[in-house]
This record gives sequence, C-alpha cells and structure tokens, in this order.
Amino acid sequence: MATNRAAQTNDSFLDIERTFWDRLVYASRFLWRDQSAIIGLFLFLVVVVAAIFSPQLTPYDPLDQNLRNNKIPPAWSAEGSWDHPLGTDSLGRDILSRVIYGTRVSLTIGFFGVLMAGGIGLIMGTIAGYFGGRVDAVIMGAVNLILSLPYLLFVVFIAAILGRSLLNVVLIFGITDAPIFARVTRGEVLRIRESGYVESAISSGARWGRIIFDHILPNLIGPFLTLATFEMSAMIFYEASLGFLGLSVPPTVPSWGNMLASGRTYLTSAPWIATFPGLAIMFTSLGMNLLGDWLRDVLDPRLRRARK
Amino acid sequence: MQRYFLTRLLQSVLLLFGVLLLVFLMVRMTGDPARLMMSREASPEEVESFREAMGFNRPVLVQFGDFFTRAIVGDFGKSLHFKTPAMEMVLERLTATLQLASVALLFAILVAIPLGLIGGFNPGSPADSLGRMVTLFGQSIPNFWLALILILFFAVRLGWLPSFGRDEWKSVIMPAFVLSLPTMGRIVRLTRSSVLEIRAEDFIRTAHSKGLEPKVIYVKHVLGNILIPLVSVIGVSFGYLLGGSSYIELIFSWPGMGSLFLQAIGWRDFPLVQAIAVFVSVVVITLNLLTDISYVIIDPRIRYGD
Repeated sequence: MATNRAAQTNDSFLDIERTFWDRLVYASRFLWRDQSAIIGLFLFLVVVVAAIFSPQLTPYDPLDQNLRNNKIPPAWSAEGSWDHPLGTDSLGRDILSRVIYGTRVSLTIGFFGVLMAGGIGLIMGTIAGYFGGRVDAVIMGAVNLILSLPYLLFVVFIAAILGRSLLNVVLIFGITDAPIFARVTRGEVLRIRESGYVESAISSGARWGRIIFDHILPNLIGPFLTLATFEMSAMIFYEASLGFLGLSVPPTVPSWGNMLASGRTYLTSAPWIATFPGLAIMFTSLGMNLLGDWLRDVLDPRLRRARK
Repeated sequence: MQRYFLTRLLQSVLLLFGVLLLVFLMVRMTGDPARLMMSREASPEEVESFREAMGFNRPVLVQFGDFFTRAIVGDFGKSLHFKTPAMEMVLERLTATLQLASVALLFAILVAIPLGLIGGFNPGSPADSLGRMVTLFGQSIPNFWLALILILFFAVRLGWLPSFGRDEWKSVIMPAFVLSLPTMGRIVRLTRSSVLEIRAEDFIRTAHSKGLEPKVIYVKHVLGNILIPLVSVIGVSFGYLLGGSSYIELIFSWPGMGSLFLQAIGWRDFPLVQAIAVFVSVVVITLNLLTDISYVIIDPRIRYGD
C-alpha cells in the first residue's frame, strides 16, 4: 500500500519511513512557491508578534479612558487625527491599542484551548483506536454525542452558567472541542495499526507501550498539527461570538469579542468601533486557515492527490 | 439493510437520552439551580420558595426521572420570563427559523454547486479561484460581524434592505445571505473535490476510451456520482444552519428560535433554554439519521449488514 502510493505520486518524500520533521523541512522548501501559504504564515506571524510585543507596539494603554476624546473617527476621515490612527471607542480608549492587546486574549484562548482539547482528544482517541472493544464504544459514544449537538447553542449555554473568566473560556473550549481531536486521532490510529510496520513490530515482540510511543504517536503529529491550526482559528472565532453576547472574558479585558459587543451599540454613530476588531478576527482566521490548508497538503500524503 | 436502519435508529434514541441527561446536568453544574435562575437581588426566602416550586429540593434521581418523563412528551415546564409553557413558545418561533434556514440553504446550493462544478472541471480557472475565495472567506469572516457591516451599508447608508424584522419578503435576504456563507464555502469545497476525485476514477477513463461523448460522461457518470456526497453535506448543513442561526436572528431581530434562545440566556430563563436546546438537538439528530438512511438508499454500493 505504502509503496503503491509513493509510486503513484512520484514524490520520494512521501515515503512512510520519513519522519515528520523530514517531511516538514522538505515541504518548507516549497513554501516559497505557494503564495497563499506565505500570506497565511505572514498573517500568523503578525498576530504572534503583536501579542508578544503589545506593550512596545501600542501608543496608549488599552484601558486608559478619556471621555473628552470619545468616539474619535479613524485618522483618514475628516474629523480624525493620527493621535488615534483607528479612532477611539465610546469611553475614549484607543482602538488600535485595544486591537493589538486583543491578540493576547485570542492567542491565549486559542493556544491553551487547543492544548487542552488536543491533549484530551489525543489520549482518548489513541485509547479508543488502539484497544477497541468496549472502551472504544464508550469513548466514541460520548464523542458522537457531543459532535451531534448544535455546538454554538451549547457553548453559549455553558458559558452563561459558568460566568465570565478567561479560565472558564479555555475550559469550555478545551472540553467541548476535545471530541474532534479524539475522532481524528482514533481514525489515524486505526489506519496506522493496520500498517505493515506496526504488524512487523508486533510480530517481533514489541509491547503496546512501545508501539504507541515509537510507531503510532510520531505518525500522528502531521494530522494533529493540521487540525490544531484549524481548531485554534475556530476557537478565536467562538471567543469573539461569546464576547459579543457578553459571555466571554470580563468586560474590562480588551478582547475582540468585547470590543465587538460595545461596537454594536454604536453601530450607526461610530461604525469604526465594531469594524476593526472584526477585521482583526477575519485576518487572523484567514491566516490560520491558509496555514492549515498548506499543512494539510504537505503533511498528509493521501490528500495531495486530490489537490492536483 | 433493515438491521442497519434499526441500529442507526437505536443510536439516535441513545443520543437523545444523552442530550436530555446533558441538559439536565448542565443547569445543576454550579450546584444550585435555584440561585442560577433567580436574579442576584432575590432574597433567601424567595430563592427558597422558588426551589420548592421547581422541585429542586428533591433527590437528584427523582428530579431526573421527572424531567425525563416530561421531556419525552415535550413538556419542559413554564418559561420563567413569559409564564407560558416553554415548548409552545418554541413551536411558535419554529416557522421563522425554518424559513431563514431554508432560504440560506437555497442560497448556498445555488451559488456553491455551480462554482464547485466549474472548479472541479477546470481547476485553476478564474471561476475556480472565485470558489476558493468563497470557501476561504466563508470560513474566516465572523458572520455576526459581517451582519453588522451589511446592515450599516445596505440598510443604514443605502436604505435598500430592511435592517430588522420579518415584515416583507426583502427582510429575509440579508440574514439568509450572511447565514449561508460558511455553508456555501463547505459545499463549494466538497463539490470541487468530489468532481476531481470521480474524474480520476477508472470507470471515467473507460468511458472516455470506449468513445462516449464527454457531455454524456459529465452528466451521467460524474454528476450522478457526486450526488451521494452532496446529499450528505446538504442534510448535515441544514441542521447546522438551524442550530447556527441564533446570532444572525438576534442581530436582525428575526423572530425565530435562535433569537429566543439568546434572549432566554440573557433572562436566565433556563427552562426555555433547555427546551430550545433539546428541540434543536432532536431536529439535528433526526436530520443526521435521515441523511444516513437516504445515503444507503441512493448509493447501491453501500449495503450494511446484508
């Protein structure tokens, strides 16, 4: 099967024997030829840099209120000034500074949410896929239950009960998103378990611990990383949705969702308050989706064929 | 095949039980459902009498038994805000949500399937790039934000379309368009990749080599075969649209279940919240079941359990 596939695509790096890092290093040589991947990487790096260097990049404290300077429009409109390039909100806070600080909230939630969901999902999916039987039935029963629910309704439901805090938002996404990781992991584990090299490892006497850690987990990195990119983007998106209803982080925290919520009130009199955090979410999400598409194409040899 | 249908049906019933258990446990997550549902200013005596009235002081298993037997006949108690039976209110709002979701699905299908087909038959063409853009932006734009921007533009600035309500036929255009975008993107991607996949199949090569006209091959062999993945994605999408319409309904003041749900969340009217959550889950689970069944009927290659 493996040799067959490699022969079909004529790409030597697709050989199953290569490790994940070999593939990534090989693929990164082609990164510069893939325009949309470069755009994705660029957008992602901008967000990461903005999050790390927020205090250095922002002209104002994102929490500084100045009611005399409230609802100043962006610099390029007639009444605007370059003192506040993207204008100010209803409390006179600088929107540019708040958008930049918002990257911290979004990335924190995205990163820790994915870490938690991915961790739980990886463990559950590996157990279900490798051991099968009743354990599999129980785990996948729970997974299918959560995946068949209308996601947004239930996330809003839980958030309303738990109350607003950063930890709660991370916990909500970390738990409700774990089933997606579990399902993908299980599918991959089932596929890998049937492969020739696992069979030969078993026949040469390897125990399950060794098979899982030496043979299965390294092969999961590719699909896991791809899914993590997409899910991180989804979490940033859902955080904004919760924030819009006032169910995400506390109102004092400059998050994109909270900014959208306050911007909605002044939609007609000061539309820029809602415009810029929305654009920030869009470009962050766009960057991660482009990056995810690229990762999927280069790390998953089976999907490569479909792209051509 | 009957065995497959029966197992699938049984699975759906189990899922339903799971949904009820989940919805029951969720309002008890903080330990005290009475405090959760009462306003912060309520006095201890008020909370106590509310707890008594709702039966929250009984043993949990008794409460669940009671909740379960009522819920399966659609009784979720009275809405705390409106003092009328919660399920009645949900059903009242059902048509508006169904209308919105159906129009959104129609938009998505009308745009996405042609784009996906063109993209699949001519990868790399301008139409294919357009399809890719639709997919990408459908995934990336927060749709409630887009709703605000469109209201600002088409309702406030230009005055072409109404910004809220459901009074005229024009009212449905903006909310349905915004709601359809993510689904549109998914259907474009699926149609395109299905066409590419099927065009690479052996039987298409055979059809070409035996001299069939390309038109016949495209219509009969390719289109016939992409129906199967399309049916499944359209079935699932409809459930997704029904469950995902709440923000759009709220922003456009669309009088559907979704806006009622978000309002009920704001009022801490949890009997109503539970009723809507269960109702939408039942609809979604049923749609998934129907999709799976039609899948087996359409595709003669799939024969489970025979």
